[in-house]
Amino acid sequence: MLAAAISASIFKDLMNAVIASCLVSLIAAILFFLLQAPDVAMAEAAIGAALITAVFVIAIRRTKRYEE
Amino acid sequence: MNFIHNYIYYIGAFGLVFIGIYIILVKRNLIKVIIGLSILDTGINLFLISIGYISKGTAPIFSKIDMENAPMVDPVPQALVLTAIVIGVAVLALALSLAIRLYHHYGTLNLRKIKEQRW
Amino acid sequence: MRRIISLILLAVVALGIALCVIHIPFGAPKTKVGNYYIDKGREQTGATNIVTSVVVNYRGFDTLGEVTVLFVAAIGVSAVLATLKKKFQKKIEPPSLVLNAGCRFLFPLILFFGAYIFIHGHLTPGGGFQGGAIIASAFLLTYLGCRGRRISESRSKLTESLSGLVFVLVGLIGLAIGGHYFLYNFLPKGVLHSLLSAGIIPIIYIAIGFKVGSEIAGIIDKLVEES
Repeated sequence: MLAAAISASIFKDLMNAVIASCLVSLIAAILFFLLQAPDVAMAEAAIGAALITAVFVIAIRRTKRYEE
Repeated sequence: MNFIHNYIYYIGAFGLVFIGIYIILVKRNLIKVIIGLSILDTGINLFLISIGYISKGTAPIFSKIDMENAPMVDPVPQALVLTAIVIGVAVLALALSLAIRLYHHYGTLNLRKIKEQRW
Repeated sequence: MRRIISLILLAVVALGIALCVIHIPFGAPKTKVGNYYIDKGREQTGATNIVTSVVVNYRGFDTLGEVTVLFVAAIGVSAVLATLKKKFQKKIEPPSLVLNAGCRFLFPLILFFGAYIFIHGHLTPGGGFQGGAIIASAFLLTYLGCRGRRISESRSKLTESLSGLVFVLVGLIGLAIGGHYFLYNFLPKGVLHSLLSAGIIPIIYIAIGFKVGSEIAGIIDKLVEES
């Protein structure tokens, strides 16, 4: 998870950074389940891994794709 | 070794928090800064839930099977984090719409150039 | 230069936080409020999901505040993106037949699944926010699969406003009828483990599920608009 977060800060292509942050969210949802919290795991998987990534991708399409 | 095994959740959560703060301080592109904000949010939620964990506890839901009096995990931090996740979504959606608006006005998303163009 | 200063600053802050966090034992019981909610939760509210009873019944006012924050964010997105000038409409190529038919087949199934999750919120893990997010992702699927279809904006705004109004009205009725505080649980508690139990909790969760789903679908609709 920490490797995914560090690589989200290194990538120059913004699409790759967004997918790395989606991976961070997904692993956090698995950790929530291991800490015996099923409600929070479901909320993080549905909201953090699906809706946030979709909103980011739509916003990147309307602006630039590569960081300068 | 036992020390790391005990505190590994805290190390992971604060690692995410510090990586998020580093991205916000150093990076120049506005969308990278918003990605850092999202990572910071996830780290703080992980820390809050890992505080409420009790060893060998189960989830705080009573199922049909009558179980022994097993200790249950603290339910109050889970309610707080449920609220915090939804508020994180709202903040990120508003921030991205403001970023789109800035791009249409200035033509670039580089924070150095936007700061130099002050009226 | 900027990187070195920020790394040193973060190292100092990390050292300070590490000295404080070491004193928090991992896995030991810490507070007494959680034990009170677990012991008395079933007979005072009638719900078997303790997290649901904490979110809606014991700390219901915080949920009202969160619903307000989501509402303000949806209004903000609509207001900020309203005045962008539209370029000329690009020609949208029609989607292929397999993609179109597949998305139209999956759409009511996902809606049913989301509705199941927020109706059974007080019995199984789940609830209003999770079910609402799943309904919003069903609408996202139609935006991605069948391109060129939009949901009607006036109908989604009507659903959102009515659901918020239902939440506040149920709270005010509770204030008027029996108790001395807002969001008093006034309906009968019913039998445990059955669907019609736990007072006003299913009604509030159904309202929250509709509200969150239509709000996030409205946000995505505003962002996708081809400009």
